[in-house]
Amino acid sequence: MITKVTTHLSPNERLIFDRSQPGRMGFSLPPLDVDEAPLDEIIPRDFQRDDGLAGMPEVTEVDVIRHFTRISTWNYSIDQGMYPLGSCTMKYNSRLNEKVARIGGFANLHPLASEDEAQGALEVIYELQQNLAEITGLPGISLQPAAGAHGEMTGIMIIRARIDARDGKEKSAQRRTMLIPDSAHGTNPASANLSGFTVKTIRSTSEGLTDLDHLRELCAHGDVAGLMLTNPNTLGLFEKNIRKICDIVHEAGGLVYMDGANMNALVGVARPGDMGVDVIHLNLHKTFSTPHGGGGPGSGPCCCTKELEPFLPVPRIVRSDSAAADSKSQIPNYRLDFNYAQSIGRVKAFYGNYGMMLRALAYILTHGRDGLREATEAAVLNARYIADALVSDYDKPFDGSPMHEVVFTDKRQARKGAHTLDIAKRLIDYGFHPMTIYFPLIVSGAMLIEPTESVGRQELDQFIEAMRAIAQEALENPELLLNAPHSTRIGRLDEATAARKPVLRWKPQTTESHSTACP
Amino acid sequence: MRYIPNSPDERAEMLRQIGVSSMENLFDSIPADLRLQRSLNVPTALSELELLKKFETTATRNPAAGRISFLGAGAYSHYIPTVVDSLISRSEFFTAYTPYQPEISQGTLQAIFEFQTLVCQLTGMDIANASMYDGSTAMAEAVLMAERVTRRSKVIASSAIHPEYFEVAHTYVQHAGIELAHSDYSPETGTTLADALTDLDDKTAALVVQSPNFFGCIEDVQALADKAHEVGALLIVVVTEAMSFGLLKSPGACGADIVVAEGQSFGVPLSFGGPYVGLFATREKYARQIPGRLVGEAYDGKGRRGFVLTLATREQHIRREKATSNICTNEGLIALAATIYLETMGPRGIEAVAKHCAQKAHYAARKIGAIEGFSLPFSAPFFNEFVVRAPGDANSLLKKLANEKGIDGGIALSRYDANRPNEFLVCATETNTREQIDALVDGIESLSH
Repeated sequence: MITKVTTHLSPNERLIFDRSQPGRMGFSLPPLDVDEAPLDEIIPRDFQRDDGLAGMPEVTEVDVIRHFTRISTWNYSIDQGMYPLGSCTMKYNSRLNEKVARIGGFANLHPLASEDEAQGALEVIYELQQNLAEITGLPGISLQPAAGAHGEMTGIMIIRARIDARDGKEKSAQRRTMLIPDSAHGTNPASANLSGFTVKTIRSTSEGLTDLDHLRELCAHGDVAGLMLTNPNTLGLFEKNIRKICDIVHEAGGLVYMDGANMNALVGVARPGDMGVDVIHLNLHKTFSTPHGGGGPGSGPCCCTKELEPFLPVPRIVRSDSAAADSKSQIPNYRLDFNYAQSIGRVKAFYGNYGMMLRALAYILTHGRDGLREATEAAVLNARYIADALVSDYDKPFDGSPMHEVVFTDKRQARKGAHTLDIAKRLIDYGFHPMTIYFPLIVSGAMLIEPTESVGRQELDQFIEAMRAIAQEALENPELLLNAPHSTRIGRLDEATAARKPVLRWKPQTTESHSTACP
Repeated sequence: MRYIPNSPDERAEMLRQIGVSSMENLFDSIPADLRLQRSLNVPTALSELELLKKFETTATRNPAAGRISFLGAGAYSHYIPTVVDSLISRSEFFTAYTPYQPEISQGTLQAIFEFQTLVCQLTGMDIANASMYDGSTAMAEAVLMAERVTRRSKVIASSAIHPEYFEVAHTYVQHAGIELAHSDYSPETGTTLADALTDLDDKTAALVVQSPNFFGCIEDVQALADKAHEVGALLIVVVTEAMSFGLLKSPGACGADIVVAEGQSFGVPLSFGGPYVGLFATREKYARQIPGRLVGEAYDGKGRRGFVLTLATREQHIRREKATSNICTNEGLIALAATIYLETMGPRGIEAVAKHCAQKAHYAARKIGAIEGFSLPFSAPFFNEFVVRAPGDANSLLKKLANEKGIDGGIALSRYDANRPNEFLVCATETNTREQIDALVDGIESLSH
């Protein structure tokens, strides 16, 4: 039985360009209050725009409100409930954090304001740096990267810079291999490639962990610059040999980069810095609850050991206290420090996605030391609860106890013709956003489920019931799955044709032909 | 913890149900010696009341945020209509993930499709992606794309590009086998010297120029495009002040092959430098070489139109190390803000704001240029930013302006170029009133005499 949702009317809404009517206006400006110069005198006619911004929509404020409110209702969102995308950590986005990011003293601050006039903003960065360094056990930190993949690229470039500095250009040119497990996220090899590394893939064992023998073998040739490891890995399993893994790589002259996508399993419980990891990126939009916003903005801080600190992007945000007038106390002073000759350079203009830093710091301070651990425990407990409940209906390819996420497969359902995609689509009819599907790539028909701590027991039970019902349907009426979803405003879209003949924008001449096809 | 739905009792019951004896035992797969045996050295929890107070107090130590300001150089203070924040604050938008499941993500997907269309219209290009992190990283990705398209490895960038953008591109390409060279600008006009482009040859993948450039000067994009095309190189045009699209001929109409821009001007708060949104547009023939997410039209079995993420075979989750970029997310919510802004303003609104910016800046330039000892060193036409040469050290003048008059009068060029100690960059937008501009002029005058 479907308990979480019921169907109701969904408003139709065409593209804004279809609402456009000449002469509609959505804006107002004060009258121009300076002496106006003839336009041709200030900007030569040849440089002036002459197309009148043709095609841009002309609508009123009411049109805009209705348009976006209507299309917004077509989205699933965390605020509607569980969003169990594995490795995405879709946890509650606090309204308080949104309020903090909108405080005028931060939101209206120009990035090139002088340091003296932006001490509060720099203090926030510094304070977040301190907290993240403590959480990861890695003291060097830069908040400049704008997203996870950006933090990854930064981390790998730091490894490259360190090895170049340590071995000298000539010797280090022999070390251009980056080891990546076959279970890794696709951004890992893409980031390694961008930093000039050749990727070699490490096999996973039947337990779902890094194959130590294969790792040793790959490390035996003197060409390894580093290893990129996700821990817990993308199967939700903690790499219990992590220290051994780090030792093997270090002994081979390489460095260990950890993808911090799954830090929600570790905060307050264990620290990458204590495991032998050299550099890690965090996803503030996962572990520290900054909103995903339909695909960004993210924020991907990079944390590293003291040894790697000189290579972090510039500017660094540092504290240099000055003596107060009474000379006994210190006045905190925060500044931008560009003076790192070995830095990999800048990875983004200004200092990173500052608005996300404010939200992440608010998250950390709202939880406090005990709350952070409590969230980790609740997240792992929720995942284990699901793992326990679904093992009777779905194939669980690895026996190990999962941490914050658990992987199942479609092995049992596929016999009747219902595959992972079909299970995922049917889950939509039950009112849930599907889990991550077909990832990691090493598990055939993978379904990676991460509930996070932000789901209560009732909804977990509803999810479990939905998954069990779907397993039953897969046996009795697989057609129901193959045609799912049934209750959404559109059905499965023909993605193959979309990619073969891509239509990536609206054009005036195509509106008529399309208006027959869309409601 | 009020964000965790299950009460401690419920959690205890769940533990019992799965047969785990304690919370600590949930972590048995982590070797004991790797587990933290103490509490994190993080402050204890703050209540909502305490937290807000803390941040509000900290924010007061950013006096620059409340000042009359003429700062630009890649981040611009424009008016943001109330509807923008109101709509992006709908939880259906801001608490959704990347639209991997199109049946329940059509709101986000349709908004991005509109965004891509608007970016094409503004830039005069054929196709645009779903956005990049910001203008600076968009430019770096454009450089990498030019290398893929042309299979050439040299890129020439005008030195009148925002220095931070150049630094970012340098970081991105340092291991990519791309040689990134600077070409000079004219000290008289302030624009890229077409005659100095002697390095531009048949090994050049792209010429990169910014217009309006870092000094606010408008480049002759058409002439530079012709120069690049003569040797088979692409022209990449960078725009940091996207409001200029409202008044200036689009880069697409001037022959650009790739256009990247910082979209912050379109409804995005300054927020100390981010999150912003990078715009990325190019020609249709390069669709399969473009980095980042793309949204395209698609139809379901009943012929109903919807939108999907498309051309995914370019991307890292399919092609891994052979992907066109390592980028995974776009700047979804900020792209949405820009979309709402652009649709609210419409073509007439964008034109009007652009006109106000240009008129106010030119009014300010006329007034400042007339102060004794002050001059405008560059002769090229400008949009809403211009360089002022002061009779003495610009930095100390700007400090005095801030401290004594409460005005942030501009950015000292010495921040980026030690050889220009007396010059500063002034920016005016529609938010600067005549009164403010007159106060700036009076302030400069009284402090330097």
